[in-house]
Amino acid sequence: MTPARLARLTPYVYILPAVLVMVAGLAYPIADAVRLSFYDWPLGTDWATARWVGLEAFGEMLRSRQVWTSMGVTFAFVVIAVACEMVLGIALALFLEKPVRGMRFFRTIFVLPMMIAPICVGLIWRYLFDANFGPINQWIGALGIAPRAWLAEPGLAFAAMVLTDIWQWTPFVFIMVLAGLQGLDSSVIEAARIDGANWWQQIVRVKLPIIQPILIVTLLMRMIDGFRGLEVIYVMTFGGPGQATELFSLHIYKAAFISQKLGYSAALSILLLVIVAVLSLAILMIANPLKGSTRQ
Amino acid sequence: MSSSDLAPPRGSPLHYMLLGVLALACLVPMVMMVFTSFKTEAQIFDTQWSWLFAPTLDNYRSVIQDGHIDRYLLNSLKISIAATLITLMLGTMCAYAMARFRFLGREPLGYATLILRTLPPAVLAVPVFVIWSAWGIADTLSGVVLVYVALNLPFTIWLLYGFIDQLPIELEEAAAIDGCGPFKVFWKIVLPLLKPGLAAASIFTFRLAWNEFILSFILTNRVTRTLPASISNYITDTGVEWGKIMAAGVLIALPPLIFTFVAAKQIITGLTAGAVKG
Repeated sequence: MTPARLARLTPYVYILPAVLVMVAGLAYPIADAVRLSFYDWPLGTDWATARWVGLEAFGEMLRSRQVWTSMGVTFAFVVIAVACEMVLGIALALFLEKPVRGMRFFRTIFVLPMMIAPICVGLIWRYLFDANFGPINQWIGALGIAPRAWLAEPGLAFAAMVLTDIWQWTPFVFIMVLAGLQGLDSSVIEAARIDGANWWQQIVRVKLPIIQPILIVTLLMRMIDGFRGLEVIYVMTFGGPGQATELFSLHIYKAAFISQKLGYSAALSILLLVIVAVLSLAILMIANPLKGSTRQ
Repeated sequence: MSSSDLAPPRGSPLHYMLLGVLALACLVPMVMMVFTSFKTEAQIFDTQWSWLFAPTLDNYRSVIQDGHIDRYLLNSLKISIAATLITLMLGTMCAYAMARFRFLGREPLGYATLILRTLPPAVLAVPVFVIWSAWGIADTLSGVVLVYVALNLPFTIWLLYGFIDQLPIELEEAAAIDGCGPFKVFWKIVLPLLKPGLAAASIFTFRLAWNEFILSFILTNRVTRTLPASISNYITDTGVEWGKIMAAGVLIALPPLIFTFVAAKQIITGLTAGAVKG
């Protein structure tokens, strides 16, 4: 082989191992999920007995009340939890944006809830919300509020799930916005100040508009995580009571491993895949590392 | 030049008070898990939470001796370390090619990995369970490693791509002029400069492999189970064995907590990558 041809092959040698693993571990399973979605295949039975049903699973999905309930829960969860996290995280970042001594230490503390395992988060909050001996009932008892069966009442269980997510992920929004604010060109803020912009005007007219791309990417990343998540809620409530906290990812898991309908579950996962892919494409339109390349 | 030019100034008391309240809000729930793991059943079921009690190691003794958690710990360690090393190796090579070469298929590969970065684990659960069984790697440690490497690669590639893209290419060109082949340039010039990026990537890869529950729960059996998946042993129809499950929870939470304190800077880098220009 000539040296020139060898040089042309170099990049392929570099990417080949990673590509092979991603094809085997991601692309092929996704393709297989599409194939499985056309079959009726109960868990634990032989593949030979699987029955081709065409688009039947998708029809069943659209008619299923449980699917719509779970989707409703997921959308409500994503909208409420992410809205609270964004408002809280942005507000805190604006209040605390001034670099002060010791901030590094506090930032480390704030990262902890998202570094520990989601199942630990689920465990901790299942314990805190326990109806009989949970500390939360004791705290609200000190305020004169009667104890509640947090994880047994649909509305309260949903609220508990939202609160847990806010605890775990508000620091993420805070850190993202803080990084954005501290990366701002100080001369721009200075110019606005000299032009007579007050504190509020500086925030609304100057700072937030400049870091808008970061805000939108943060928002989309949180929304995607809302659709991806199932481990916290798996441990905390397993979707209950009823379907009150059954996020769609957990619904897919239950369809496969509780209802034992592998093909149907695969069809559900295609729906989830489409939703998440749309949100991911939205991120790409705002922050595309391929386009941001410094050299061409 | 005064010292205040180097270190950021002290904030107002109000500033620190707000920071302190937030830090407590983050820490107290986790500290309560640790405290509960040292309590007896009677102390746990007490309707009054107490910070002062006679601690016991019974829960830890029980999960290690009867629960074989030492075996799961070992499985988790093996899987996490293997997944991290392989992901870093493959990810660095792929990111380097994408940042430094213009080749046919670069853009499709880039977009494919960017989209796969957010793939929900629930989508993989059924097909991976089916395929791994067919390939005979279900219930094996390497089967879990494969799916973790695959899940981690897209994020790792893009994180490292950002780092390599910012490296001055002149260094590599100079080395090439001095007669270094492309592979030598990669090993001797690029890799050493990439250490901060590799640190961030390894923490996030290790975190996913160490913390992941659902795929491990599906893909392992009683022997190959990882630490997070073993949690399910302590949740039964009749209730939760709180003391033991909290002891297991503390063991699961420990490595990520240590990492966070050791490498907070790299973690912030990894978290904000993709939205905030490093």
